[in-house]
Order: sequence, then structure tokens, then C-alpha cells
Amino acid sequence: MSGTAVRVRRVPRKGAGPGLVAWLAGIVFFLPVAWMALTSFHSEKDAATNPPSFGAALTLDGYREFFGAGGGAGPWPSLINSTVASVASTLLVLLLALPAAYALSIRRVRKWTDVLFFFLSTKMLPAVAGLLPIYLFAKNAGLLDNIWLLVVLYTSMNLPIAVWMMQSFLAEVPVAVIEAARVDGARLPTVLARVIAPMALPGIAATALICFIFSWNELLFARVLTGVVAETAPVFLTGFITSQGLFLAKVCAASLVISLPVLAAGFAAQDKLVQGLSLGAVK
Amino acid sequence: MTATTTAPVAAPSVRTGRPRPSACLRAWATRAPLLPALIFMIVVTQLPFVATLVISFFDWNALYPDARRFTGVDNYRHVLTDADLRDSVWTTILLTVTVVLVSLLLGLLLALLLDRRFRGRGLVRTLLIAPFLVVPVAAALLWKHVLYNPEYGLLNGLLHYVGGPQPDWISGTPLLAVEASLVWQWTPFMMLIILAGLQSRDPQQVEAARVDGASDWQVFRHLTLPHLRRYLELGALLGSIYIVQNFDAVFTITSGGLGTANLPYTVYQSFYQAHENGLASAAGVLVVIGSIVIATFALRVVSSLFREEVNRG
Repeated sequence: MSGTAVRVRRVPRKGAGPGLVAWLAGIVFFLPVAWMALTSFHSEKDAATNPPSFGAALTLDGYREFFGAGGGAGPWPSLINSTVASVASTLLVLLLALPAAYALSIRRVRKWTDVLFFFLSTKMLPAVAGLLPIYLFAKNAGLLDNIWLLVVLYTSMNLPIAVWMMQSFLAEVPVAVIEAARVDGARLPTVLARVIAPMALPGIAATALICFIFSWNELLFARVLTGVVAETAPVFLTGFITSQGLFLAKVCAASLVISLPVLAAGFAAQDKLVQGLSLGAVK
Repeated sequence: MTATTTAPVAAPSVRTGRPRPSACLRAWATRAPLLPALIFMIVVTQLPFVATLVISFFDWNALYPDARRFTGVDNYRHVLTDADLRDSVWTTILLTVTVVLVSLLLGLLLALLLDRRFRGRGLVRTLLIAPFLVVPVAAALLWKHVLYNPEYGLLNGLLHYVGGPQPDWISGTPLLAVEASLVWQWTPFMMLIILAGLQSRDPQQVEAARVDGASDWQVFRHLTLPHLRRYLELGALLGSIYIVQNFDAVFTITSGGLGTANLPYTVYQSFYQAHENGLASAAGVLVVIGSIVIATFALRVVSSLFREEVNRG
């Protein structure tokens, strides 16, 4: 360690060593993803060689195979299902969490900390703890293999985090500004739309992003509760578990395509992700 | 940064004059926006758990629904004495603790590196975030087939170049194989939270300490680390919540074989394949009890977060 271990923001000091280590770490962590991307463009023959072939010819066969997988529509229905489940549940989460966060931060209800505790405590309840009754209910109600059941479950999965995040984002809106608008004669809807919404928008976007990611990634509920019609993309991917690497390029293409929405959203909104993941504890 | 502008209580009018009916009405008007979310959560999460609790006291195999009968705590006795199930409890603890601690430590180191200025810092952060953004099943498939495969996996491929051994990772060290893939996925998450903590540090404090002649290590030990405490706790808490429940990696990489079945996988298997509803429920309740242990720790963290929030005004 040189004498630069602590950086004072206003007086930036440069050290080549730590930067180099960071680059090395970045490359090591990214290597599997890069290798997955490269393999997805190889032919199956080149993908399955030892030692690995770095310079093999590139081809789109893996992607062609993936989109033609399972005959007929291939992975498209599962991608559409995942989109519906993730987008719809994210919207529903926002619809429920926004008023709740409003009541917990701006118009603080009595014992608001207890209420927040309750929301967060439901998150400590593992998914498996309610899986069986939900399965039995779905079976009896004829809701098995129904994408809207997943929408409801994903909403319950993300709602506590969303309420928590959003209340801390809304609490950031200065009360003085709200009061000033009220004094000027603005009614509640106007205050909400003109004052609170613009200031809380980045926080709302961060919340939505995280809800989307967790819904898109979810496997256990989707695996147990869907089948042919409502299969989601992660469930579709589980079809490759036993392929034993026979179709390596196809597996890589599939993994990459299905991760793409999350990768793109995450890369585009890195800062919001940081803010959201720390549950608004970071100001 | 704007913490000082937030008043602790925004609606004092509701809190005074409670006995009058109009005030009571207003209190309900205040509560109303909260109710949809609250009712939704109770119906979708609490009711099923109560049902799980009830089912856990029954001997109930889904294939023989007519033979269903009340057995008291037999299922729990069975779960706790069954060697396989006991193993899965142990596996869950081992998996969670290992993954959380290792990824927290790596995340801390990476965050400290990324908190410094160097060429291409933004790009390095982007590279580091990638593992967290790969869909968990896809990540597990990647590790299982593309990295661990003994014949043409990348790991053995790289070892081949340096003339190293060619181990069969998954059958040789199955739990370690699952843990490594999870550490790879969760380290970026820890790094992001800790990095956010580092960047919320008061630079003047550090500056003052340095002027007073504090060494790098002293600054880290006495300023940075105490400041990071709640971010480390938050990372550990959220990481534990998700890793205790991990299903994707265990299901995909080993299908619960070779002693890697954790409780969520065992619960899944006992009702999805063995159709043992009662046993699965009892195991599920045990997962909850395990989570309560974590939750006790978690609530402490949460209250410390609250204290700071309430004191902000």
C-alpha cells in the first residue's frame, strides 16, 4: 500500500497500483460473462473443445438453435410471459406502494415505524413457507399455469422492499416545500403531481427497476405454479439443466438473451441501482 | 445530504385533538392510503403461512388425500431426526454464512478500490456489476456447463494451459462449487451497497484526521469502518434473506445432489416430488424459524437505521 489508501474527494490523489488491482478484479469477475458471450457465437464443435478456442470462427447458429428450440414458437411465449409478469407486477407494486409510502413519510400515520417493520418482516418469511397452500389454492381455483397468479405473487414479493425504499425517498421531499405549496392554495392532487412526484421520480424509477429485476429473475414460484402456457423465461432455461453441455453455444445464447433485459436496464441505471439497493439508506 | 431539511413529523394536526369525531375521521383518512398495501400483504403472505402452519401438523400425502389425519408434532420430529433433512439444515447454514461472509469481504475490498480515482473507474464498475445482473438460472447454467465442465469448461481449459490438474469441480467439491457461483453473483451486490456507504462519508472528517497525522490504517479503522458498519450490516441482512432462500443455484448446478440440498430445495422436493404435504410444511416452518434468528439480528439493524432517520429532523 502506498500513501494513498484514503482519497479525500476534493483533493484527488492518484495511485496506479490500486487502479491496476481494480482493473484485474473487474476482468476476473467479467470473464465468465465475456466467455459466455463469445461461446454463444461459436459453433457447437468449437464451443466444446479443450483447451478453449479463442479465435474460432463466429456464427449465429447458437441463436438460431435457441430461437427454434422446442419447435414452433421456441422461447418467445416464455419471454412474453416474463415481460407480462414483470411489467404488470412492477406497476401493481407502484400502485400499492406509492400511497402507502405517502402515508408513511409525508402524512405520517401514527406508529409508522411499526407499520414499516411489519412490511419488512414479511420479507423475512421465506417463499417456501407459503408455497404449498398457494399451490393447493391455485389448483382448486383453477389458477395453475396462469400468469396473473405470478403477477400477484411477485407483487407480494417486491411490495415490502418497494414500500421501504419509497418511504425513504419521499421523506427526502422537504416538508417546507410542501407546506409552501399548500399555503399558495394548491390542493393535494396538485401538490402530489407538481411538487412530490418530480422530486421523488428518481427514487420511484430505482424502485421500479429493482422490482422488475427480481420479478424477471424469479424461479421457484414460476417453476411450481406454471406449466405449458404461463412458463416464464427462467423456467424455460431450466430445460437446459440436463443438456450436459452438449449444446454449449445454445445454452450460452439462451442465457444471454434471457439476461439481456436485466443487463441492459442495470447497466443503464447503475447509480439508481446503488441508491435502490441500499434501500434509500444512502442519501 | 439534504437530511437537515426533513422534519420528523409532517402531520401534527392529526396527532392532536384525537377524541373529536372529525379528528377520528381525519386519522382514518390519513391511514386510508396505507390500507390497500397492508391488506394485500396480509392476504398474500400471512394467510398462506398460517395454512402452512396448520398443514404441518397433519400427516398428509397428496397421493393419498383420504388418509389425511392430525399427527401433532410428528412431522417436526421426523424432520429433525431424519438424517437427510438435518443435513439440509446444516447445508443451509453453511451455504448462507460462507456466501454472505466471503462476498461481503470481497465486496468491501472492491468498494475500497473503486472509491479511489483511477483511469476507467466507471468501466471497471460496470464490469463488476455484470455478475449480479445475469439471471440467476442463467448464471447457474453458465457455471455448471461453461465453467465447471471437466472436459471443455473454461476453468479446466485455463488450467490446461498452465499444465495444472483437471478436477471435476461439481462432483469433487459440490458445495464449494455452488458457493463459488453464489459468491460471484453476490459480491457485486455487496460492493454496490458498501460503495454507496463510502461515498456518503464526510470528506472533511477524513481530511481533518489526516491533518492530525492519522495513518491510512488509522483512518480506515477508526473512521471508515465505523461509518460503514450499518452498510455492512445492511448488506449482510439483505444477502442472508436472499441466500437462505436460494433455490436457483442448488436446483440448477447439482439438483440438490451430493449433499448440497438446502432447506428450500428440500421443501420443494418433498412436496413437488414426494407429495408429502405435511412434512414439507414442517420443513417450511423450520425455515421460517431459522429466518427468525436472522430477523432478530436484522431488526436491530433496522432500528439503528430508524434511529438515524428519526433523529434527522
